Amino acid sequence: MAVTEAPARAPVAKSKKAYSNEDHGRLAAMLLTPTMAVLLIVIGYPILAAMYQSLFTTNQGVDESGFVQEGEKFTGLDNYTAIFSGAAGERFWNAFYNTTFFTVVCVVIEVIIGVMMALIMNKAFTGKGLIRASILVPWAIPTVVSALLWRWIFDANGVANNIINQQILWSTDGWQAKAAVIIADTWKTAPFIGLLVLAGLQVIPAEVYEAAKIDGASAISQFRHITLPLVKPALLVAVLFRILDNLRMFDLPYVLVGAQKPSVETVSILAFLENNNARFGSAAAFAVLLFLYIVVVAYAFVRLLGADVIGDARVKTPKAAKRRPNRSIARGDTP
Amino acid sequence: MSTSTSAPQQGAAQAAAASTRGGNAGRKQSNRGMWLPYAGIALIILYCLAPFYWMIVSSLRRTGDTFETDVIPTPFSFQNFIDVFDPKNSFGRALFNSVLVAGTVTVLTLIIGTFAAYALARLNFRAKNLSLSIIIATSMFPGIAMVIPLFKLFTDIQWINSYQALILPAMSFALPLAVWNLTAFFRQMPAELEQAATVDGCTQGQAFRKVILPLAAPGVFTTAIIVFVAAWNEYIIALTMTNKSDYRTATVAVTFFTGTTGRDIPFGSIMAAGVILTVPLLIMVLVFQRRIVAGLTAGGVKS
Repeated sequence: MAVTEAPARAPVAKSKKAYSNEDHGRLAAMLLTPTMAVLLIVIGYPILAAMYQSLFTTNQGVDESGFVQEGEKFTGLDNYTAIFSGAAGERFWNAFYNTTFFTVVCVVIEVIIGVMMALIMNKAFTGKGLIRASILVPWAIPTVVSALLWRWIFDANGVANNIINQQILWSTDGWQAKAAVIIADTWKTAPFIGLLVLAGLQVIPAEVYEAAKIDGASAISQFRHITLPLVKPALLVAVLFRILDNLRMFDLPYVLVGAQKPSVETVSILAFLENNNARFGSAAAFAVLLFLYIVVVAYAFVRLLGADVIGDARVKTPKAAKRRPNRSIARGDTP
Repeated sequence: MSTSTSAPQQGAAQAAAASTRGGNAGRKQSNRGMWLPYAGIALIILYCLAPFYWMIVSSLRRTGDTFETDVIPTPFSFQNFIDVFDPKNSFGRALFNSVLVAGTVTVLTLIIGTFAAYALARLNFRAKNLSLSIIIATSMFPGIAMVIPLFKLFTDIQWINSYQALILPAMSFALPLAVWNLTAFFRQMPAELEQAATVDGCTQGQAFRKVILPLAAPGVFTTAIIVFVAAWNEYIIALTMTNKSDYRTATVAVTFFTGTTGRDIPFGSIMAAGVILTVPLLIMVLVFQRRIVAGLTAGGVKS
C-alpha cells in the first residue's frame, strides 16, 4: 500500500492564515483514534481471527476408544485445499459461481436500467419530487422485507404467476429461483443507481450539448461522447460499490429462496451454514476466500478502470487543491 | 435527426430519436418528444411503487382472502395487523429490539464518526489519504467474514443473546458509512468559518464545537437517518448472534413467523409486518428526501 502522501504542505500561495498551513497531526490523531479503534475491533480483529480459525478443523465423531471427540485440531491449509476435491469442493465452486453470476448479471441490468432512469429523470420538467420519493421507496425497504415481498409475489399462487398466467415454482430451485433473486435485487437497487447517475448528469452544463448539437452530433453520439465520459467517474464508483455489495449477497437469496438451495447458494450463505453446523474452520476458510475475492476485484477495479474512490474527498477540499497532487491506492492511472 | 426537439438535454432527444428511427415527419417527432418523458416518468414510478403497493394491499386483506388478486382489497381488514402482534411471534419485542439496536448504533456511530469526519475534512495531516483509504476499504468488507469469528468470540465470552453482540458488529458497516457522509458535509462548509473563529481566538477544537458543529447539524441529522436505515435493515448479524426470540430484531423475527398449521407461510401477517417495518422509515425518509438524496449522492455511494 504505497501511499506516496506528499507531506508537502506547499508554501502558502495567497494570504491564507498560518492556520491552513499547520500540521494538525496531533489533533487529527485524537479525533481519528476512536473510529480507528472501533474499526480495528470489528474489522481488523475478525479478519485475522478468521484466518487463524480457518487453519483448524472441528473434531467430529468418536475416536477408536469410543469417546466423543471435542475441540479443534490444527490442520493447516486443509480447509482451503478441501475446495479442490470432493463434494465440499463442488459445493464451494457452485457457490462461487452463483456469487459471480449474480454479481455480473445484477450489476449489468441495474446499470442499464439505472442509466435509463437517470436520463428520463434528467429530462423531467414536472414531478421531480414525486419521482425522487418513489425512487427512495425501494431503497428504504429493508432487504429482508423486500425478499419476503418478492417471495410472496413469486409464490406458486402469487400474483406473478397470475399475471403471466403460468404455474412457475419460482422459489423452489433452478433457474427460476435465480431469476427471482435477480429481479428482486434489480428492483431494489436500480433506482438507487439511477439516483447517483442523475447527480452526475445534473452537473453537465447544457452548453456542452448545445455545442455538440450545433456541430451536428446525433443524440446517440452525444450520449456516447459527452454523457458517458462525463458520468463515468460517478458511475464507476457506484458500480464498484454495487459489485462489492453483490459479492457478499446473503439476505436476499437466503430469505427469498431459502437455505440449502444449490441454485442460489452464495459464498456468504455457504459460510453461514457451515458456521451453523459448527464447522467453524471451513466456515472461516470460505469467509476468508470471499474476502480475498472481494479484495482482488476491488483492486482490479481501482487499478484497471481507475475508479477514483476517494477522489471526491481529495479534490473538493480547498486545502488539498493547494497540495501537490498525490496518489493513493484508490487512485487509478487514468488522468 | 433530433433537432426538432426543443429541449437541450439529450435524454428525451435520444428517446425521441430512438422512437422515430426510420424517419418520421418532424411534427410527429415533437409530439412524441412531448409525451415520452411523461411515459418514462410514469414507468419509473410504477416500477418503484408497484411491488410496494402489493405489499400494502396484501396486508389489508382478510386472512382468508390472502390469495385474492384484486388491486383493491374488498373488504378492507386490519386482521393481519392484529395477527402480527400475536404473542407467538414476539414481534412487539422484536420491534423494540430493532429500535434499541439501530438507535444505539446510530448515536454511537455519529458521536465517534463526527470527530473522524471533521479531521478528514478539515485538518492537515500526513496520513489523511491513508485514513480515507482505510475507511473506504472497511466499507467493502463482507459481513460474513466478520460474523463468523465474532460468533465464536461471543460464544466464548457469553455474549450470544445480548444487545452488545448486536450493536458492536453493526458498527463495522455503520461507522464507515457515517464517516464518509459526514466528511462530505463538512467539506461543503466554507473554510472561512473556522478561520474567522480562530482569528477571534478560538482554538481549532473550539471552532469545531462552537461554529462547525451547530452549522453541520442538518448534515449530521441526514447522516443519522441514512445510518439508521442501514442499521435497521441489518440481518446477518442479528440472525447469527441470537437464538432466542427475546433478542431477535424485527428483520429476523419476521422471517420466523409461522402459520397456524405449521407448514403454510402466513404471508398476510408477514406483509403486515413488512408494512410496519417500512412505513415509519419511509415517512422519515420522504420528509427529508431532498437532504437524503443530497447525502447519498455527495457522501459517496454506499447504500
